[in-house]
Amino acid sequence: MAAGTRLRMPIFTRLCVVWLAVIVLGAVLADFVPGLQDPNHQGFLFGTSKTNDAPSWAHLLGTDNNSRDILARIVYGGRVSLVVAATAVATGTVFGMLFGCFVGYVRGKADAVVMSTVDVILAFPGLVLLLTVVTLLGRRDLVVIAAVVGFLSIPPYTRVARAQALAVSRREFVLAAEAIGTKKRTILFREVIPNCLPGCMGYALVNAAVIILLEGALAFLGLSVQPPTASWGNMVNAARVDIQINFWPVVWPSLALVFTVFSLNNVGDFIRRSRAVRSAAL
Amino acid sequence: MSGGTVGTLLEVRDLHTTFSIPAGDVRAVRGVSFDLERGRTLGIVGESGSGKTVLARSIMRLNIGTNVTTTGTATFDGRDVLSLPHAAMQDLWGPEMAMVFQDPMTALNPLVRVGRQLTEHLRHHLGVSKAEADRTAVELLREVRIPEPEARLRAYPHELSGGMRQRVCIAIALACAPSLLFADEPTTALDVTVQHQILNLLGREQADRDMAMVLVTHDLGVVAGRTDETLVMYAGTVVEQAPTRALFADMRHPYSEALLRSIPRTNRPSHTRLAAITGRPPDLIAPPAGCAFSPRCPYAQDRCHEEAPPLAPSGGDASHAFACWTPVGSPEAAESFARNVADGLPSAVAVDLASGGAS
Amino acid sequence: MLPFIAKRIVRLAATLVAVSFLTFLLVNLLPGDAINALIPIDAQQDREFVEQVREEWGLNDPMLVRYARWLGDAATGDFGDSIVTSRTVSDEIFHRLPVTAELMLVTVGLSVLLAVPLGVAAAYREGTRVDQFVSGLSQVFLSIPGFVAGLFLIYVFAMKLGWLPATGWNRLSDGLLDNLKTVILPALSLALIEIAVYTRVVRSDVIGTLQETYVLSARSKGLKDRYILFRHCLRPSSLTLITVVGLNIGSLLGGTVVVEFLFAMPGLGKRLLDAIFQRDFMMVQGITVFIATVYVAVNTLVDLVYMVVDPRIRKAD
Repeated sequence: MAAGTRLRMPIFTRLCVVWLAVIVLGAVLADFVPGLQDPNHQGFLFGTSKTNDAPSWAHLLGTDNNSRDILARIVYGGRVSLVVAATAVATGTVFGMLFGCFVGYVRGKADAVVMSTVDVILAFPGLVLLLTVVTLLGRRDLVVIAAVVGFLSIPPYTRVARAQALAVSRREFVLAAEAIGTKKRTILFREVIPNCLPGCMGYALVNAAVIILLEGALAFLGLSVQPPTASWGNMVNAARVDIQINFWPVVWPSLALVFTVFSLNNVGDFIRRSRAVRSAAL
Repeated sequence: MSGGTVGTLLEVRDLHTTFSIPAGDVRAVRGVSFDLERGRTLGIVGESGSGKTVLARSIMRLNIGTNVTTTGTATFDGRDVLSLPHAAMQDLWGPEMAMVFQDPMTALNPLVRVGRQLTEHLRHHLGVSKAEADRTAVELLREVRIPEPEARLRAYPHELSGGMRQRVCIAIALACAPSLLFADEPTTALDVTVQHQILNLLGREQADRDMAMVLVTHDLGVVAGRTDETLVMYAGTVVEQAPTRALFADMRHPYSEALLRSIPRTNRPSHTRLAAITGRPPDLIAPPAGCAFSPRCPYAQDRCHEEAPPLAPSGGDASHAFACWTPVGSPEAAESFARNVADGLPSAVAVDLASGGAS
Repeated sequence: MLPFIAKRIVRLAATLVAVSFLTFLLVNLLPGDAINALIPIDAQQDREFVEQVREEWGLNDPMLVRYARWLGDAATGDFGDSIVTSRTVSDEIFHRLPVTAELMLVTVGLSVLLAVPLGVAAAYREGTRVDQFVSGLSQVFLSIPGFVAGLFLIYVFAMKLGWLPATGWNRLSDGLLDNLKTVILPALSLALIEIAVYTRVVRSDVIGTLQETYVLSARSKGLKDRYILFRHCLRPSSLTLITVVGLNIGSLLGGTVVVEFLFAMPGLGKRLLDAIFQRDFMMVQGITVFIATVYVAVNTLVDLVYMVVDPRIRKAD
């Protein structure tokens, strides 16, 4: 039965997985890719390349308005998106899941305190809070941005994990463990958290896409990582002033952003669908 | 009860309905045929899963979903409804055929006022003005004995009791004066005290309007005295078919007998054991080879497990048909029953105990 | 019903106090002394002058005292003065709000108008090409951030076709058509993601509603499919849609910051950005609290709208 009802991954979704793999590999191994240029090298200063240049063998996607290689900047820019998204997912799942599962399982005062804090933080529209915190901090390197985004990811994950934990706490195996006198802490780590994990992971992919969009917007406003460090959002922002002269420096980073977000959503949807099919088959 | 205008209104021949699900094809209805005269009533009786609701919905073409196939013919007023285009069906629904559903809690839209639900199809089919439709709606509500009908038009379904809601559903079904009404377990979801009122209401409307009615129920007691003819269904097939009076006078199929035996009777000593039918309804994906009821039948013989009996009249009465090798009251039945009790067959032992353990 | 509303309003007030305190904490605890915004660094040599300014702005009081004072003023609608333009914060908010409000209204209106038929069509034709097309489209829309959509809309409609202005804002008092010309592109850029989200919600909800017996019963009355879809299915489904629209106001408010920046619109989001760049902490604080207030208030309102749409809830309380 299980084999028969397993959803086959559509070709399209496979392509999305490949794209995500390429982006991740590119970001991790950017420094070792042969032929990939220094993303901050401004060729025109030394007379070897032009600004806003069309694609050529030297610059596969052309150059931007500072004569930097666009392909290299996209590959390095992916780093920012991925580091921020990965930090958000990691902090979100680790802390959010711990808090959420804990308060969802023990309930009581801890639950009331944590959840009202979460409610207050979530009362701020995400980007507005992010904007305010990042600016007020004053420093804008990747570590700070990732830390802030990571910190702000905890509340939504807490809420998701708590909802899961509430449901899991009522399941027979938890009640059974309580009945035979297992310690609460053991139940939390052995029963509740492992059973909340799949739900939280499902949320993580969707959340990663949201975070990448958020960082993109922040960068577009010039409030993410400080130039000259490349990020997809600040590339779009820098190129938009010359959009009349050369359209393509705007297009490439936009496409990278859109493809990545699309792939995350598409793969996330597929995972959700196949989980639904599997649970329906049980 | 009997109709004035004569002639066949509905003629169903060899109707099959199958649902395709991942586990296989569920053959919910397997070759049902019957006739229904104008203005007359037919009871379809069977336990849940016998295919009676699916049969009613198949004739009305209300089985939704892409995984349903219905074959055979259902000729309504000269037209085979199973091959009509959807748009033509929409013209039949309301003025020609209507249905009262089992649960009035879910059959009414909770977010739409009773008035609109009563008049929307009236206005659509008959093209009457809103004021006139409202007048008709008030009359209908009065007819189904709902107090303060004018006020009820503005009510939402949740403001009415279960019995009231079923009355509203009946009024909705009657609004366009259909010539055929399907009542699908109209009283199952209601309080016992209300059940009789609703059944009487349906009977009265049927007679007054000279409308044909198909009454679907799991309760033989409901059809007794209320229908002209009765079909007993089991596992998607008709096992016994007769004028209701004849059926109750002389029940031939063991399943019909078992159904009757499972009705609580007030005229018996209070501690008489009720004979529940032992075993479970068969798997409709892979029905048993012989008679579908044979695994649960107290009179079953070897032949019953191997060869399916045809639905055929026997004896002098051509209108009374049943599908059984060992019909109730026959010497074969008595013989196999004695043997089955002796063998300790659960179905036979249960019946034996319930009848007082005479043997 | 009345106790329910009262309960919601108490909760709303509590959340707002907490929200304002958090904002105050953020603005005041994080590094970057407000004095830097008030007095140029080189003028800070004059200790006495600095002290005088600190006293004047109340920066020397303990934080809780300052918060209490600010909250007291805020309750009367006084969010303090901008330290850059020295206009009152509430004045600025009042001035900028109509632009952002119109942008959001047009966006939500446009999105609902497009998403409802798309979602209903996909649900009605579940599993067919129509459904696949709508699902694919919403997945694409969901992946296009507002600034990317905006840039491409500007490129096509303003630069290549020259139909609409690329940036700027015409007030409603300048004429409806001129006003619409400046609002349509920003609203479209914001609408893509909203359309995607709403479409998905409507689709899955209508699919659920179509399984209901009352839909079957409506069908058995011979009503036309379209009538059943919009009369009987959409209303229950609209409850979920309203909730999602309310919840999405948060991300939409964030989106307006970006889009107002891109289209140079004199809205609240643009003003917040300017304040952030100028380190105008009174302004940042005021606008942030205001935006959070709107967001929380809208969601309280959604709960109340729920009661209007669903008669069962209205009765229950």
